[in-house]
Amino acid sequence: MKMIKAIIRPERLEFVKKALENQGQYGMTVMPVEGRGDQKGISLQYRGGAIIVDLIPKVQIEVVVKDADVDRLINAICEAAKTGKIGDGRIFVLPVERSIKVRTGEQES
Amino acid sequence: MTLDTGTTAWLLTATALVMLMTPGVGFFYGGLVRRKNFISMVALSFIVFALVSLQWVLFGYSLSFGGDIGGFIGNLDFAGLSGIGMEAGDAGYPPLLFVAFQGVFAAIAMAIVTSGFAERVKLSAFILFALLWTTLVYDPLAHWAWGGGWASVVGSLDFAGGTVVHISSGFAALAVAMVIGKRSGFGQYSMEPHNIPMTLLGAALLWFGWFGFNAGSALAANSIAVNAFMVTNISAAAGALAWLAASWYRGKPSSLGMVSGAVAGLVAITPAAGFVDVGASIAIGAIAGLICYGAMLFRLKKGLDESLDAWAVHGMGGLWGAFATGIFATVAIGGYSGLIEGNLNQFIANAVGALAALVYAFVVTLVLAYIVDRTLGLRVSEEEEYVGLDISQHGERA
Repeated sequence: MKMIKAIIRPERLEFVKKALENQGQYGMTVMPVEGRGDQKGISLQYRGGAIIVDLIPKVQIEVVVKDADVDRLINAICEAAKTGKIGDGRIFVLPVERSIKVRTGEQES
Repeated sequence: MTLDTGTTAWLLTATALVMLMTPGVGFFYGGLVRRKNFISMVALSFIVFALVSLQWVLFGYSLSFGGDIGGFIGNLDFAGLSGIGMEAGDAGYPPLLFVAFQGVFAAIAMAIVTSGFAERVKLSAFILFALLWTTLVYDPLAHWAWGGGWASVVGSLDFAGGTVVHISSGFAALAVAMVIGKRSGFGQYSMEPHNIPMTLLGAALLWFGWFGFNAGSALAANSIAVNAFMVTNISAAAGALAWLAASWYRGKPSSLGMVSGAVAGLVAITPAAGFVDVGASIAIGAIAGLICYGAMLFRLKKGLDESLDAWAVHGMGGLWGAFATGIFATVAIGGYSGLIEGNLNQFIANAVGALAALVYAFVVTLVLAYIVDRTLGLRVSEEEEYVGLDISQHGERA
């Protein structure tokens, strides 16, 4: 099992949700986060000087999936989250040891 | 005539009540935008209030209420408030109080227009636009209706500013939205209101302040003021429930719909408040709620980003109110008959007054917005819009 952790633009969330649904992936955890990438945020130029907004609001989606599904879902996320401009985000894939359903105690690994 | 303390006290109070409506518009709109533009939205209303207050005493009042030039605008005799005395005139209160009372109306009109600028306007360009708009759109319209201009000569009835304040600002917001363009991403993903309770609070301030707006427009503490007070409340209540019911029929009874309906009812009763009875105000408010709800759905279907629905609620609600005044006016309340009492002329006069103001406000706003856009540029850059106006225009975070 793997966890796909995708940090994307907030305004692309609905598209990514839909794309995951189309792949049959319904379960997910979504949280608002702030962050920055290699560009250190956005710098705005003014006559009075520069304002640097270094932490930009993003949304983090976490889904836990079978190993075989990982690439397919990553493609779906990338396609739905992409605008082609700086700041489209990152995807990380992490190993997951076990997954337990609280109501039934059902385990997967 | 000596100073009438009752009238003077009431007009002072009403002026303060109407003042509260301008930040009220700010909070109403502020709750509806995304959080990154919350401060900007509220600040625009405050900026308008400060700016128009100064413009008003320097020359705005004189352009509206100075000696008539061709039925179109006032002259500059009262510029800098020269010749505005402290002695109570025939009306029983000092003319300076009339200046203050009318000034808060001018401010709220421009504040309503900020709907069309939401989440994408450059502050410096906005300030220039606001100054031009209040001078070249609001002041002439106020003169037409109340300053001895052609609309008052034709006999178009506008008790408290349905045409002057609401039709003008609503249709101006539409024109602004067309010039400035859609918000980046509009129509691609949902831009949910970030704080509905803030909007409800703004609506409460508006409803409260509207008692000063309408009952104060009697310019006396008398029975007309009492009638205006009552019909204002009833029309708001009918509008709130009508829109609530309509949104319930189509899905959930949204609280935002309810307060939008209340504002629609308040807008529609504004020109009528001194001329219609309580029974008519139920119909005026309820129909206003439905018309404005329909206008909002139409606006969304057309993909127009008049972002916070000033056009649907103030523009269309104001238009309905102008017609409704010509329909429901009754001799028993204000001494004028409307269509129901068989006076077609009143209806025609009102329709002419409203449509002329509509066309004037829309066209002149288009031109002004276009000029400001071509010189200073109305919009912020794409990056500034993306991080939000709070940070990019004010350097602050809500």
